[in-house]
Amino acid sequence: MIGAAGILLGVAISAAFAFARRLVRGSRELGTDAERATYTTLHLASRAAGHLRGGFDAADAAKAARPLRTLLGCEALAITNGPLVLALDGGDDTVRAEAERLAASAAATTPGRRAQLLRDAIGSGRTHLDAVVAPVTRGGAVTGSVIAFAPRARAGLVRATGEVADWVSAQLELGELDASRTALAELELRALRAQISPHFIYNALNAIASFINTDPAKARELVLEFADFTRYSFRRQGDFTTVAEELRSIHSYLQLERARFGERLAVTLQIAPEVLSTVIPFLSVQPLVENAVRHGLESRETGGRITISADDAGGFAEISVEDDGVGIDPAVVAEVLAGGASEHVGLRNVDARLRQVYGDEYGLIVETNVGSGMLVRMRVPKSQPHHELAMGGVR
Amino acid sequence: MNAALGYVSIALVALATALIGFYGLRVSRTTSDFYVASRTVRPWWNASAIGGEYLSAASFLGIAGLILLSGSGGLLFPIGYTAGYLMLLLFVAAPLRRSGAYTIPDFVEARLESRSARRLTSVIVIVVGWFYIVPQLQGAALTVNITTGLPPWVGSVAVAVIVGIVVAAGGMRSITFVQAFQFWLKLVAIAVPVVFILLAVTDGAPTALDAGDAFPASVGPESLDVYRTVSLLVALLLGTMGLPHVLVRFYTNPDGDAARTTTLIVLGLLSLFYLFPVIIGLLGRAFAPDIADSGTADALVLLLPGRMLPGLVGDAVTALVIAGAFGAFLSTTSGLVVSLAGVISQELLGGSVRGFRIAAIACSLVPLGFALVTASSGLAGSVGLVFAFTASTLCPVLLLGIWWRGLTARGAIAGMTTGALLCGAAILAGPAIGQSVPALRTVLELPAAWTVPLAVGVTVLVSLLDRRRVPRGVDHLLARLHVPERPSTAR
Repeated sequence: MIGAAGILLGVAISAAFAFARRLVRGSRELGTDAERATYTTLHLASRAAGHLRGGFDAADAAKAARPLRTLLGCEALAITNGPLVLALDGGDDTVRAEAERLAASAAATTPGRRAQLLRDAIGSGRTHLDAVVAPVTRGGAVTGSVIAFAPRARAGLVRATGEVADWVSAQLELGELDASRTALAELELRALRAQISPHFIYNALNAIASFINTDPAKARELVLEFADFTRYSFRRQGDFTTVAEELRSIHSYLQLERARFGERLAVTLQIAPEVLSTVIPFLSVQPLVENAVRHGLESRETGGRITISADDAGGFAEISVEDDGVGIDPAVVAEVLAGGASEHVGLRNVDARLRQVYGDEYGLIVETNVGSGMLVRMRVPKSQPHHELAMGGVR
Repeated sequence: MNAALGYVSIALVALATALIGFYGLRVSRTTSDFYVASRTVRPWWNASAIGGEYLSAASFLGIAGLILLSGSGGLLFPIGYTAGYLMLLLFVAAPLRRSGAYTIPDFVEARLESRSARRLTSVIVIVVGWFYIVPQLQGAALTVNITTGLPPWVGSVAVAVIVGIVVAAGGMRSITFVQAFQFWLKLVAIAVPVVFILLAVTDGAPTALDAGDAFPASVGPESLDVYRTVSLLVALLLGTMGLPHVLVRFYTNPDGDAARTTTLIVLGLLSLFYLFPVIIGLLGRAFAPDIADSGTADALVLLLPGRMLPGLVGDAVTALVIAGAFGAFLSTTSGLVVSLAGVISQELLGGSVRGFRIAAIACSLVPLGFALVTASSGLAGSVGLVFAFTASTLCPVLLLGIWWRGLTARGAIAGMTTGALLCGAAILAGPAIGQSVPALRTVLELPAAWTVPLAVGVTVLVSLLDRRRVPRGVDHLLARLHVPERPSTAR
């Protein structure tokens, strides 16, 4: 019993000692006054920056206004956008009314104007507040202002407010840069979206033409498959689809190819029903099948077999396309995936999009060698709450 | 009892499970039946699979045992187990399917935009899963011990090892078909004995059984305590929606509507199934009151056919029941191990195939350890406690996350922690406290009635105080959860 109490006491004492040591060391490590001032300024600025980067609405401005007011050490601080007061930190309704009036006049100022001091902007009753109005510019035009209210504004405050307004402008522009970077990535993704190859359209139409006289029913069926395939592939909206939809399109594609190949093209499917509703990037499996047909089997007299499988693997779906065709040199595949060769564009496209959407570890895995066929695998997480399907049909 | 029959039926069920798991979908197809392959899982299949996974040792053995022991109080379990799906149908099934999240932690992260809320949810999901596996293994121990005479631990080890190996080797690839098969196996295995026994007992004359024999008024509905009833029903109704393997099955549905249809069919299938354990419980009260001992009551389903049916018929029906019971242990355990291994491998092991295997082995061995060191205190009761824990932790977050835009990550974390601590303390320390303060015994035995409201209250309160941190994307996400999909016209 006494032993236990002793241990507890010992633990408590060492904890207190460690805490005290940290405290002493901590204050020494904080450094000189100048260092501390630098730290405080940068810390407040970075706190405000996070809110300004996301865009410029009332909620963000309100969160940014507080650290900025502490930074300037003024009575009240308003951030305005055009004639609107987005946020006012500190200050009551009279200050707000004055800020609104100043915002309206600040919006009309020309760019290039520096911060402006207004003595006794608020002069009613007991409070006398000076106002410093500094314009916020965006792309060369004044879009808003930072207004600081202080009982007795000195030149220092005027200069500091001007700097803060410039800094706010810079942060807003950085925010726009972020937004345009995201938009660029999206555009890139869309540009990478596989295109129907002209080659395929030409071959398909020729194959259909050859049946028109001999077997009109079959020709009609093929035209319908062609219509289905093009409707799916030309779809404008949505970057994602389900495994089931993609398989439907592959079915149409293979029907058209089989019209040309006849018995030389055999296809095997092994699909686990659990993965049919898994979300995958639009047209991410069909190009793999097309690659297998065009580069693996087309050049061979005897044709060959394509095996498409989709397996359920815990939280992931594993999709693979395998052919027993001519295969290619692994070195060439590496070059293709690195973006070097102009052949096998389909493979590169799919690989690039998978990496962009899910991250680098989700790229295509290709196993091949000359004369020994080719196996292309992809692995997609089932859980994708942020990827929405485009519902409905053609647009 | 004939031990050889026990061995044979256990081996057959294990073999059938593994075979369907490995080869169920290895059947090759050619393009001509492409549409068959690309057709999504039909609600009927999926509903059977959900039923197969859901009907555990507690349903197959526990309910009859509880009715034998405590009379009509035991009836609340089948009612609660089934009605839990009604809650799921009304509040959760379709929105969750539309969310695109695959597991509960995925949903929490997408809804609350918080990694820490996700981690806490994962931990709770794993704990719930492990403690749900323990009664399955205890049921296996009981079954093996009674039917073959081997020591009890053999049964637990056998189920854990079979499931661990099959799941780790990728044998649950076609899990939907395995589980659907298990459902129909269980239904047949419990319905056939009931029909045979009823025929034998009544000899064709429906009046030969006097209800008063089986159910004296002292154990009728009159004897039920209001608090016990409410608390048990709260746990069972709300606990179902947080079970880790349930959400995964809804993901197999192509859309929210199919998720609803599936749940509706599940309700029908479960209602049908639960008729039979109840009848066995009643027959047990009338004809085998000597089994009514807390150690053996759970074996009533296994013992009754042998007693009531003569010779060969009795042996054959007993073998069928053993097969059904093993189906129950294997299916529930493997369903849980698959979903838990998915969560663990994603959370800790980077989501690799190897990580999934390691996690699958761990998920079979940890509960095995618990099952070996603890003694079963009634299968239905232990599963009831797991439901109470789920209802106090995951259910508030899930329900509020779907239906209340004000939920924040801090609120969810505070609510889950409160629920977990209170309910966990009641379960762990309850028996000890109940000994010294008998007045608190019932309150601690069935904690859901007070832990669930407290967890919900804390979640709401903390979220309201933290109003500024409502996630930005919440309106968009909620719209997605609740707006029905437009019918797909791309055909």
